[in-house]
Amino acid sequence: MNCIIVDDDATARLVIKQLCKQTELLVKEEFSSAIDAIKYLNSNTVEIVFLDIHMPTFSGFDFIKTLKTSPKIILTTSDKEFALEAFEYDSVVDYLLKPIKLNRFLKSIEKLSKIKNKTNKENLKTENQDYIFVNVDKRLIKINIPEILLIEAKGDYINIKTEKKNFIVHSTLKKVDKKLPSNTFMRIHRSYIINTDKIIDIQDNSVLIQKHVIPISRSHKSALIEKLNLL
Amino acid sequence: METPNLNYVREISGGDKDFEASMLSILKAEFPLEFLTLKKNFENNNFEQVSLDIHKIKHKISMLGMKKSFELASELERNIKNGDLEQYNKFVDVLNRINVYLNTK
Repeated sequence: MNCIIVDDDATARLVIKQLCKQTELLVKEEFSSAIDAIKYLNSNTVEIVFLDIHMPTFSGFDFIKTLKTSPKIILTTSDKEFALEAFEYDSVVDYLLKPIKLNRFLKSIEKLSKIKNKTNKENLKTENQDYIFVNVDKRLIKINIPEILLIEAKGDYINIKTEKKNFIVHSTLKKVDKKLPSNTFMRIHRSYIINTDKIIDIQDNSVLIQKHVIPISRSHKSALIEKLNLL
Repeated sequence: METPNLNYVREISGGDKDFEASMLSILKAEFPLEFLTLKKNFENNNFEQVSLDIHKIKHKISMLGMKKSFELASELERNIKNGDLEQYNKFVDVLNRINVYLNTK
């Protein structure tokens, strides 16, 4: 698992780095400013964020509210009083009081590993299925997932474009994304999910799939490039 | 009277001497500056800022194993925002003690 550390105090960052060394956790970056960390997360993916709650100008809670993606958050703080508010956020998995003890830190990482294993099992269940059923005009229609080219958001509907035909379904990209295997399907724009196996080429900020030219948003571009089998 | 120590730093170092040296070097570099800033803000009656300064310095106090002083810091951090300065001098004594200790290291 990889992580970043966000804390305005250098000694606090050093402590967490040292504790990480005693686990399998890889520290990708550390930030003294929450805003710099948000910029980093807009174009990079991490699994865990160690986040100080009490930072000047931009608190840990502001940070969580601003995030577009939701890595798992472990809050770190010198004060007990934020604990209740902390667990109002789904992404918060633990709350570590400073100075952080090694045993308590290891417990937290164990908790994270359990959550990760559970999520992996659930993903595997989804990824083993190669079809989905969609509701079109009161009929449940089977769509073979490998035949899907892309899915476009259209107001309250999504347009699932396959090699043979299109299906307009009352749903959202977020819902359909959960049903698709993450190794081949990817959100590349606010309004598009694509099947990366079907990409013909990528030019500047667009992807060509069959005759469809799909825009890539700036925030998703580096993740897409990372996913490609680039020579 | 509570005295600062490096037990916590050694505990989490797992015997890593480089880590212990880095931590001590940051403490020695940052602590006097943070103490100075806190005193200046106090002199300027900027108590909101003093409260933030105390919060920042508090982590260092806890790392130096000073539990009672940490509690004192937490209390002052809350009270000083409302103009309650009663514990300030006592807190400055703690910070002076830490300063002396770090200078001997």
